[in-house]
Amino acid sequence: MPENETLQDLGLDEYKYGFVDEEKHVFRTQPGLTEEVVRQISAQKEEPEWMLEFRLKALDIYNSKPMPTWGGDLSSLNRVLDDIYYYVRPQDKMEHDWDDVPENIKTTFERLGIPEAEQKILAGVGAQYESEMVYHSLKQEWEEKGVIFDSIEEGLKNHPELFRQYFGTVVPSEDNKFSAMNSAVWSGGSFVYIPKGVELETPLQAYFRVNQERMGQFERTLIIADEGSHAHYIEGCTAPVYSTESFHSGVIEIVVHQNARFRYTTIQNWSNNMYNLVTQRAMVHENASMEWLDGNLGSKLTMKYPSCFLVGEGAHGEILSIAYAGNGQHHDTGGKVVHAAPRTTSSIVSKSISRGTGRSSYRGLCKVYEGAKHAKSNVECDALLINDTSRTDTYPYIEIDERDANVGHEATVSKVGEEQLFYLMSRGMSEEEAMALIVRGFIEPIAKELPLEYAVELNRLIDLEMEGSVG
Amino acid sequence: MSDAPVLQIRNLHAKVAEEGTEILHGLDLDIPAGEVHAIMGPNGSGKSTLAKVIAGHPEYEVTEGTVTFHGEDILEMEPDERSQAGLFLAFQYPVEIPGVSIANFMRTAKQAHLPEGEELDLFDFQDELLDRMKLLDMDPTFAERPVNDGFSGGEKKRNEILQMAMLKPSMALMDETDSGLDIDALQVVAHGVNALTEEDSQMGVLLITHYQRLLNYIKPDVVHVMVDGKIVKTGGPEVALELEEEGYADYREFETA
Repeated sequence: MPENETLQDLGLDEYKYGFVDEEKHVFRTQPGLTEEVVRQISAQKEEPEWMLEFRLKALDIYNSKPMPTWGGDLSSLNRVLDDIYYYVRPQDKMEHDWDDVPENIKTTFERLGIPEAEQKILAGVGAQYESEMVYHSLKQEWEEKGVIFDSIEEGLKNHPELFRQYFGTVVPSEDNKFSAMNSAVWSGGSFVYIPKGVELETPLQAYFRVNQERMGQFERTLIIADEGSHAHYIEGCTAPVYSTESFHSGVIEIVVHQNARFRYTTIQNWSNNMYNLVTQRAMVHENASMEWLDGNLGSKLTMKYPSCFLVGEGAHGEILSIAYAGNGQHHDTGGKVVHAAPRTTSSIVSKSISRGTGRSSYRGLCKVYEGAKHAKSNVECDALLINDTSRTDTYPYIEIDERDANVGHEATVSKVGEEQLFYLMSRGMSEEEAMALIVRGFIEPIAKELPLEYAVELNRLIDLEMEGSVG
Repeated sequence: MSDAPVLQIRNLHAKVAEEGTEILHGLDLDIPAGEVHAIMGPNGSGKSTLAKVIAGHPEYEVTEGTVTFHGEDILEMEPDERSQAGLFLAFQYPVEIPGVSIANFMRTAKQAHLPEGEELDLFDFQDELLDRMKLLDMDPTFAERPVNDGFSGGEKKRNEILQMAMLKPSMALMDETDSGLDIDALQVVAHGVNALTEEDSQMGVLLITHYQRLLNYIKPDVVHVMVDGKIVKTGGPEVALELEEEGYADYREFETA
């Protein structure tokens, strides 16, 4: 710790990045999820009729589906769901001033090494984004290439045909209870289209979408990578989703057309009361490649299984995930790969860390349909337990209907060993520093895939999370 | 050589914390600054236990006696505090830390040795690391490899000496550093240790070894023979040569068990 600050001084004692923002909104629905609420949302967004119908139908599906009983404990979720507001429209112009952001929050940002421009966005003072020049030049480049990078609402408004062609096709409302819920009340998220043959060097980062609705509780993102395109999208960042909300249910749909390559990276850190239930799936066509890089820290319960549906011959899917379950948290995460065409290949690498009474479960599905000849899949899941009270489980589901397929699964569980700790401590490191170094080493195979600044942030986050891990 | 020993051990009794088996039965040892001492003894005599107890391994519990380092009682200190005070243990079996590069590991260790609030200068660190690796005849790419992960026996031991060279202890305990080394690797390791004792004439060294072989390359000032958890004989380098010729048979009488 620098100087003599305590965790409390930094506001890092509880949820380490949370702060309560004064409520300022111009419109919100009444609590609970009703048809009236759905109609209001659609009306507020001035949506076309088909979208209202889509939402209402999704609401019916939501109401008809029982609460899932597999995975994490959702028994107290109904109470949460009755109390939350399903739509709050943020003010059109943010009026927060950087000077009003509490000093301790700024200190936290600095400790995380987040650039000031990004800090301002995270603190909800995006209107003052100083890198707007950078953003504009990127935006110009994107526009010249025909790339669309909008909020989901703008996508619907400005590109209605393209939007309608793909929306809800990768993750239909019927997919699961929470995809149905999201389909009924979605709000916020990104709409991205990469035209044929366009290759983007600079990742598309969600925080570039300044002055727009940022990710909400029911974020919905739709991405189309057209034939032969090549791009990387980054959502959120290691730091701070500032939310006092206790429920997040997103849907992310990605279509990767023939010969295209797409990577979606997200590292998110949720407050400890949060139910985080996300459906994210990519439809991967002939000789195309999709990579999910997914990191989750915090939350009360996270259930998230990035998926690749390999529907074209030679399609490739890759899922790299990190889960960090702290005290009292449960991460039920993993990945799904569905091989529905010949010569499709996939790989899942999942790393989980459980600390204190934290529990991490790997839940993965590898499905190979008949006819997907020469399909190849490899799953590797490694769990690291920090304390004696930490827990991990593995639920691998493998369904193979094709004789000519090659599927491998490997799982390891390790505990931070006394010998490792003694070795590092005998070199002068405190027990906490030693633990943090071991954890960073454990996730290194995934962290090295991140852009440098994110890898650095992730490591700092892990260090913060490891504070107080001893004893 | 100064008068007060850097490391002073009196009547040290230690047992395995969980089982309760006593391994050290009242051991005395003085190592003055700048001297190289060797402890030799048959397998199971407690040599390695002694090294671990001095470094603070949680597996052992000291039941009686004192260990003072630069005049300070270190038995209540955590292993990291002992390291920061200038003690170094070169492990017999160095531990693997997957995913952590030697450079990263060394940087964290060096930072931990700095006073609170002081930041390690990364450029100086880099220069020093390369310089020390050169001393030990190591390829610079070695620094990017994960600590001990997939290392040969020789590489592991060289990595221990590299850490010692970087941390510059005032007292180095070397636990069976020669075990598992071929003659070339042994010479490189010995050369490294000799270079360090030349550099810092005040550094004390305790070599723990089963064989005399290492002592051909690192000349001890004093040789102790340890049997059944005690020092039973202390003398000059000639003691090691006697042992080489006659083995430990003459010392059987000291075994109580």
